[in-house]
Amino acid sequence: MDLQYGSQYEDYRRELQEFLRSWPPTGAEAELPLEEQERWFRQQAIDRGYVYRDIPKQYGGSEQESDPLKERIILEEFSRTTVPLRAMSQGPAMLVPTLLEFGTEEQRAKYIRPTLEGEILWCQGYSEPGSGSDLASLQCRAELQGDEFVITGQKIWTSGAAQCQMMFCLFRSEPEASKHAGISYLLVPMEQPGIEVRPLKQLTGSDEFNEVFFDGARTHVSNLVGKRGEGWQVSRATLKHERKLIGNPRLMMTQFELLVALARKVERDGRPAIEDPAVQLTIAEVEGYVRAAETCNMRMLSAELHGEFAKVMQPMMMIKLYATKASEKIAQAAYDLVGGDGLLDIDAPEMGMWATSSDEQAAVHNYLFSKGPSIAGGASNIQRNIIGERLLGLPRDLRKTQDDGRS
Amino acid sequence: MHFGLSEEQELLQETVRGFAAGECPADRMRQLFDEAEGFDGQLWQGLADIGVSGLAISEEFGGAGMEWLELALVGEVLGSYGLPVPLLGHALAAYAIEHGGSPEQKERWLPALASGETIGAVALADEGDRWEPESWSAVAYRDGALSGCKRFTTDVDSAGLFVVGAAGGELVVVERDAPGLETLRVGSIDHSRQVGDLVLDATPGERVGGVELARRVRDGALVLLAADAFGAASKLVAISVEYASTRRQFGQEIAQFQAVKHQLADMATQIECARGLFWYAAHAFDHIDSESMRTAAIAKAHLTDVAAAIARESVELHGGLGFTWECDVHIHKKRVMFDRAFLGTPEHHRRRIARQEGW
Repeated sequence: MDLQYGSQYEDYRRELQEFLRSWPPTGAEAELPLEEQERWFRQQAIDRGYVYRDIPKQYGGSEQESDPLKERIILEEFSRTTVPLRAMSQGPAMLVPTLLEFGTEEQRAKYIRPTLEGEILWCQGYSEPGSGSDLASLQCRAELQGDEFVITGQKIWTSGAAQCQMMFCLFRSEPEASKHAGISYLLVPMEQPGIEVRPLKQLTGSDEFNEVFFDGARTHVSNLVGKRGEGWQVSRATLKHERKLIGNPRLMMTQFELLVALARKVERDGRPAIEDPAVQLTIAEVEGYVRAAETCNMRMLSAELHGEFAKVMQPMMMIKLYATKASEKIAQAAYDLVGGDGLLDIDAPEMGMWATSSDEQAAVHNYLFSKGPSIAGGASNIQRNIIGERLLGLPRDLRKTQDDGRS
Repeated sequence: MHFGLSEEQELLQETVRGFAAGECPADRMRQLFDEAEGFDGQLWQGLADIGVSGLAISEEFGGAGMEWLELALVGEVLGSYGLPVPLLGHALAAYAIEHGGSPEQKERWLPALASGETIGAVALADEGDRWEPESWSAVAYRDGALSGCKRFTTDVDSAGLFVVGAAGGELVVVERDAPGLETLRVGSIDHSRQVGDLVLDATPGERVGGVELARRVRDGALVLLAADAFGAASKLVAISVEYASTRRQFGQEIAQFQAVKHQLADMATQIECARGLFWYAAHAFDHIDSESMRTAAIAKAHLTDVAAAIARESVELHGGLGFTWECDVHIHKKRVMFDRAFLGTPEHHRRRIARQEGW
């Protein structure tokens, strides 16, 4: 074993840290409007190859050679900062790789660069009120009329729908075909008469989610990604990218560090809570899960570096379930620390994500938020089915539908 | 950067697994468990023949010169087959002598330990559940002789030499036939292990190190216990999967019920995702001094806790059968109980982590 990244990578990390200190800008750029500042900073990041690494230069990416260690360093260092990059948002992270894999040349030319530059924000239209875990049962229809698809139905859990210009989504386009074969992957402009967005308030109090109602909304046939009826396969690739988005080990370590900081700050019987042996035991126990998840990620990173994926099938398929559970343990421990303040109402945050401060409000928010990751991107019970059936080789469930989507 | 096993390490595990599967299949394991000797000379000889007894001893003394990680990987396999062999105490005794002893002491003891001819053991516990070197007081070492009593000494009936923890964190070697040495075997819940009291009355012994060495021996032990528990828990998951896939109720395999399937998925996830803890701790023991103490404590606390929880789930998953002596579950469960209790419970090590961190 060798846990060193090597000196050239440590140099790379130092250069990146140096670069990240250039935000917020201090020179002439500091006088620009915020949006211009962001544009300037993003371009610097692209020029240095820190973002959009697997996107060709012709579409506005930085087209870097694949290097899992550099990518890990970038993920870690960006996670420590609050720089305004949308590299992690849904457009660049999920749609762009999908277009690179399945899109037409016209679609790539039209959408990728504006997406990377933040001109087009994307939301995802997969889930429906009746189709969550059983996504392939979706009913929202897209009917081809002339050279346009006409869309009717409803999507739900659509993050950022009110702010986005476009949606990438799945619709039933071939109602006669079997469950999975009747779905198409479409790109739909959000600003049109046939679309109504209604915010959906989350249990955290923020309303990042929306319901989206389609009543005769239209999109041109050139916005079909992949072939008609093959949207399911296209979306599988997109989901793969979403899992990447969730699996950032640094996020968990940050939450654990905040837990320790909170325990130093709040008091038990007039002393810092962290001096209480019961609190110490809880934190040390939680740390076991955090360190285990960290080593899991090290195993996967190592496998990626050495082309040994077959050796890490187990952790790869288990890590989502494991990491979300570990995050919940951190959130629970932090919430317990705030004691009576845990009954106080909280200000709704702007975004329904992990709060990253060590105050009591953050602990309450994270206690509420921490169930989210165990639902998004494949709920924990679905993960358990996958682990049981595909890894442990257990017999499959009896399902009431014939065609249940194990393609 | 590489955080995975090399081909040589995989081959080593494969070799030991092949040996264990061939020489100690489940029926033999049951038989040995019932005999409750906590030691099988034939199995030990077989392991010695493939180099396990001297695995981490330098080549100059007849060992294989491998690292603690390799030892832990072997420990994982021994844990999964419930092998009644003295590797834990043996490896620790050899470590103490090699890393603390004088050239003359090493020359005298290590070759016979490496070949497996002499079995080494460690006596680390004082009365009152006191495992930490700093807390030892039961045995005094004065003028080259030891007096007092140690509890939970490994392999009390089989060992040829003992590394004894004396007051002040001193480590002292005594040979079995030394005057004033008595052993008193006690029943271990895990019949594949042998423990007991070591009673010393002005018994001559030779010091090999102080508290620093004793802490290293402790950390090395924690890594091996974590690996052993990992092996046992993985085996429990495997036999539970197999049982649930064959046992039929209500006209189907019970593994088809999601209640059972999800329970198995959780068990497998809890243990597999924590595998890296003992890898990392073993690697730190070999190469990262600053992290060694802490990662060993985390690995032992977490893995033995998780393994114990999995063992309890395994009993339940096997239904009435799981509650019987004839079902293998209890054998692996007791292996885990030993791993969890020996050298301090998870709570004990979490308190140590808190102290070390200055919480």
